[in-house]
Amino acid sequence: MANITVTPTRMELTRLKGKLKTARRGHKLLKDKRDGLMKEFLETVREVRALRAEVEEELMRVHRSFTVASAIMSSEALEQALILPKQSVELTMTMQNIMSVNVPVYAYQTKTQSASDIYPYGFAATSGELDTAVSALGGVFEKMLKLAQIEKSAQLMAEEIEKTRRRVNALEYVVIPQTEENIRYITMKLDENDRSTTTRLMKVKDMLLKEALEEKREMTAKAVASSDGAATMA
Amino acid sequence: MAATYQIAVIGDWESVMGFRALGLDTYPVTSADEARERVRELAKTDCAVIYLTETLAKDMGDTLSRYKDELRPAIILIPGREGSLGIGKRDIQRAIERAVGADIL
Repeated sequence: MANITVTPTRMELTRLKGKLKTARRGHKLLKDKRDGLMKEFLETVREVRALRAEVEEELMRVHRSFTVASAIMSSEALEQALILPKQSVELTMTMQNIMSVNVPVYAYQTKTQSASDIYPYGFAATSGELDTAVSALGGVFEKMLKLAQIEKSAQLMAEEIEKTRRRVNALEYVVIPQTEENIRYITMKLDENDRSTTTRLMKVKDMLLKEALEEKREMTAKAVASSDGAATMA
Repeated sequence: MAATYQIAVIGDWESVMGFRALGLDTYPVTSADEARERVRELAKTDCAVIYLTETLAKDMGDTLSRYKDELRPAIILIPGREGSLGIGKRDIQRAIERAVGADIL
């Protein structure tokens, strides 16, 4: 659709041509960005799916062993055993930039170094099933953190892809065609102006010529008449 | 900017108690409303990852979508004691649909 409010001047035409060039370049760049992100995203998603299935399965196993432990121990004893953790985890988060999307990278540090040193309770009052459950959970934790990292990355990338896709479409289907239409309109209008100027000039020239011709004819007629008069007098 | 952050686990008591032994911050809650409140509070503090059980998450769609586009906290769904409800998998599917515009996988 042509924008009616556009002023058909040469200056506007130059401006629009510049705009079109920028829009085309932006469109190409954004399209590249979208494709690059998409590739990265699909890879991440594939990873997320596999890891999530794994984590869910392992967590279910952990839950099962906790259920067994709680069946053997009273819930008070279980709560008591777990209430004061010996282990503590510190998470550090750094940023990674994937195609202009900032995604988190997690790393963690545990207070106690050895994996066998995480049990916060004495072994006398607890059952062995609890040990199994806790150590299994410790095994899953690393995967859970990795899952958190890539799942969050996937979400952030999805958002960015959506935004980029909208921009690409807006440029492709609205901005570029509209600018082209406007440029065509201005070009036609300017050409039309040119033609009308030419016709006007031709017309004016015709009129002037006609006037000059008439004047000349009159003058000759007058001259002829006066010379005739002179002849009869003589 | 490598500051240290906390990891939180929200869920019913049976599901989260094990994480306590690992040194994560556990927040046993009983209702989705309580969990919502807890998530909102944790988002203001230095908490980078929140693990939430699917049982609670199924009634908390509004809260989850609010933090979906934020860098922090990352809310990750884990199966609770009752087993996996498939919400986590569905969320991945939804992310794909959002990015591609169609379900392609």
